[in-house]
Amino acid sequence: MRLLLNGAELQLPDGSSVADALAAIGAPVAGVAVAVDDHVVPRAEWSGCRLRDGATVEVLTAVQGG
Amino acid sequence: MADDPLVIAGRSFSSRLVMGTGGASNLAVLERALVASGTELTTVAMRRLDAGGGTGVLDLLRRLDIEPLPNTAGCRTAAEAVRTASLAREALDTAWVKLEVIADERTLLPDPVELLDAAEQLVDLGFTVLPYTNDDPVLARKLEQAGCAAVMPLGSPIGTGLGIRNPHNIELIVAEAGVPVILDAGIGTASDAALAMELGCAAVLLATAVTRAQDPERMAQAMRLAVEGGRHAALAGRIPRRHWARASSPPPGS
Repeated sequence: MRLLLNGAELQLPDGSSVADALAAIGAPVAGVAVAVDDHVVPRAEWSGCRLRDGATVEVLTAVQGG
Repeated sequence: MADDPLVIAGRSFSSRLVMGTGGASNLAVLERALVASGTELTTVAMRRLDAGGGTGVLDLLRRLDIEPLPNTAGCRTAAEAVRTASLAREALDTAWVKLEVIADERTLLPDPVELLDAAEQLVDLGFTVLPYTNDDPVLARKLEQAGCAAVMPLGSPIGTGLGIRNPHNIELIVAEAGVPVILDAGIGTASDAALAMELGCAAVLLATAVTRAQDPERMAQAMRLAVEGGRHAALAGRIPRRHWARASSPPPGS
């Protein structure tokens, strides 16, 4: 299946979870948050949350600002 | 000052200088400035994880034992701000948020309607909300009534360094507020920070004035001292202003 992750296309096996997508991009485990199709996915649900084909995934972290 | 802590939402800070991390040329410069400032609470922004997967600023704050305060910088609507705050809570495991909802890119002034809406929603969701607001006493009162843990009026627009353009409004906000008033945005130099404290603010939040100074570390130290000096002056009680001179030495022959 195909995702749009942080604005870039990402191919993953069908049935992949949020945790799989994070592993695929080498995201750190701590200090990041995930929204799928504009909905925040709590950390505890990353493994259980299956992604649909065409989902928009945003992975955010803290950067310098403010 | 250990005997005069800043208390926000039941949490004590010995430093009354809240720093931002934006604008520093690199993390080494930022680190020296943060240490020199003595800050214990420092803002960060939420953005896409870059391709390198770095969380450098968080690692730095953790190492320095400085509490990260996520902001909602860049949000234009209440819905965006609530989503960003929710992501920050997940990423940083904190329910504290510096709420920013700006109206346009040119002035970066807060949008009061969206700001109040966002504040109400976030308080309902259990956040500790520190809103960046206009220097409007009425809006400040409404934000406090909505349950915000502090109100953070601007001195002048973000990044301008124009100082406190309406000191009287800041005094009016301080006079009415039952929560800490934190002067946020517009500070250009140390005297601006001292003035904020003299006007009765509980703390000062600044970033650009330090991070874009020619010597950020030294300016951070200047801000630390200015905030402490201003706080002492506010508590000491200044003399009334007089029209005519009043000799401080005894008259000749007495």
